[in-house]
Amino acid sequence: MTTAVDRIAIKAKERPGDRIFSTATLVAGGLILGVLAAVAAFLLIQSIPAFVAEPDDFKGDFTNFWSYVAPLAFGTLWSAFLALLMAIPVAIGIALFISHYAPRKLAAGLGYIIDLLAAVPSVVFGLWGIGVLAPMLQPFYANLVEWFGWFPLFAGPVSGTGRTIFTVAIVLAVMVLPIITAICREIFLQTPVLYEEASLALGATRWEMITMAVLPFGRAGIISAAMLGLGRALGETMAVAMVLSPSPQILFQLLTSQNPTTIAANIALNFPEAHGVGVNILLATGLMLFVITLIVNMIARLIINRRKAFSGAN
Amino acid sequence: MSTTLTVSAPVTNSLTAGKLPKNSSLMVLLASWLVVAAFFLVINLAGVTDGFNWAGTLFFGTVLYCIALFLFSYFVEGIRRAKDRLVTALVTIAFVVALIPLISLVGTTVINGLPAFLTPTFFTESQRNVVGAGGGALHAIVGTLFVTGLATLISVPIGLLTAIYLTEYGIGRLAKGITFFVDVMTGIPSIVAGLFAYALFSLLFDDPGIRFGFGGSIALSVLMIPVVVRSSEEMLKLVPNELREAAYALGVPKWLTIVKVVLPTALAGIVTGVMISISRVIGETAPLLIIAGFTASMNYDLFSERMMTLPVFVYNQYASQGTDAQAYVDRAWAGALTLILIVMLLNLAARLIARVFSPKLGR
Repeated sequence: MTTAVDRIAIKAKERPGDRIFSTATLVAGGLILGVLAAVAAFLLIQSIPAFVAEPDDFKGDFTNFWSYVAPLAFGTLWSAFLALLMAIPVAIGIALFISHYAPRKLAAGLGYIIDLLAAVPSVVFGLWGIGVLAPMLQPFYANLVEWFGWFPLFAGPVSGTGRTIFTVAIVLAVMVLPIITAICREIFLQTPVLYEEASLALGATRWEMITMAVLPFGRAGIISAAMLGLGRALGETMAVAMVLSPSPQILFQLLTSQNPTTIAANIALNFPEAHGVGVNILLATGLMLFVITLIVNMIARLIINRRKAFSGAN
Repeated sequence: MSTTLTVSAPVTNSLTAGKLPKNSSLMVLLASWLVVAAFFLVINLAGVTDGFNWAGTLFFGTVLYCIALFLFSYFVEGIRRAKDRLVTALVTIAFVVALIPLISLVGTTVINGLPAFLTPTFFTESQRNVVGAGGGALHAIVGTLFVTGLATLISVPIGLLTAIYLTEYGIGRLAKGITFFVDVMTGIPSIVAGLFAYALFSLLFDDPGIRFGFGGSIALSVLMIPVVVRSSEEMLKLVPNELREAAYALGVPKWLTIVKVVLPTALAGIVTGVMISISRVIGETAPLLIIAGFTASMNYDLFSERMMTLPVFVYNQYASQGTDAQAYVDRAWAGALTLILIVMLLNLAARLIARVFSPKLGR
């Protein structure tokens, strides 16, 4: 009965101003959905010629679009995977340091310093990667190939410039680090203080408290943070385009001068000179990238949203 | 019985028994660095390596520190404490490791960028008819300001209105859907935004070689709108409901309440969010490379011809070096320095605004 009473809301008088304003906000909100749909639609329209392209239209010898995009998709996933492999443990460490280890007064400032990494433009990362990181790592790579060349990933011959997919993965790791750190930090700070205090009161050390209270609570958050980082690493363009010396094939070796390139870097390098169906082919690879990142991001957001609804934090 | 009981010497402080002394981790760290430094010094003096290996000292010294600390703690305090100390060390190292690229990157940019950055022509001339050294980045700076400025003009109204819809009007499925897809949109790769702008305008104008500044603004808007929505929404949510209710009680219409009460209260936060979103997109290279293209000349017209922007300038100077390669590399670094300075200034200003003008809600 009471619900029936509650349903009757008192209706305020609608003035023209109200109607105009609320419509404007609604249109703006709808426009965002429209833009997302438009991105998909226009890329799809422009990609159609690529799906039926002749073998002559591709740079290099490829028979059709799928054989052209496969090595690129592999390179995209492979480099992003390597980057995450390096970034996730470090990011969790930093997030724990800021949320549970650093002195309270310093914590916010330290978080800001890590956020500064996110503010550095990707083209500067590219410049740094090719000008500083690659030459610095090259002797290290040479030693690695010399000593561990029997291990398939480190098989030679070593790249003379250091511009390998491993260097790219390091640059990408540095770029996704602030994203993963920021979300992990938020999640770790949301851990109910009672859980933490309870485990400390039972005599747990700080690390035991973290493994018993903080990490189980934040597991979903860590996964989604990693996926958001993955989305960023998949779509990163300029750093990869500048650092990598590419060759479009599926290769697992990390340290040679033959490296699989990524979709985004391939577009950036070839788009300015592309013409005719070549443009459509690049747009179609862009569509593939869009679909991959969209799926990754949607899964990540779904996990985060579910977490928000059921966590005891709010 | 009690007379025969022998008592061991009293422990001075039973609370610290079975523990490592207070500053032991710092001591162990310094000791391990010293040991490794001594090792490398001996090798260096023996002539095996040329020059003292600083990086090796720090790296292997830190590794030795982790092992030594774990072992000391294990024998004095037991496995649980030892693990705790090890993790504390690792977590701190993770933070320091993240600082290394930041310091190295900023340091290199400043050192490599300053010579060309301090050239008087860098801010007064374009690259037109420049071969080798000289010239400047004025065309790129102007282009960046124009393209980003227009992107801001497009994104802020749309983003702000959407945020208002989500906080003040939105209920049910549409609002949830918009929130979800705004979040998803923040993850769109920047190059896809550029490809979208290209696909859109090349179809609209039927010109497969289309390049112009306005397209760059559209591409940047696609990237910027979700950031503006998210930050503005957070700020609008912070406005206390009592303010809205007080306005309604006085008979103020809803839209006037929003315009005159809610927005001014959240203004500082919104401005901060907008500035941070500008700093996000001002460094975007890939979309502008695709739709705005590159040129060596000034272009003040957003709607026709190619338009240079600062990130593309950096990329282009590096990617297509002329005969005097060093001059091009210098200009690339100087452009990178300008870009970093702009981004840092925007971030700093945003933080200042947030701190100075934020409403003092607490008592």
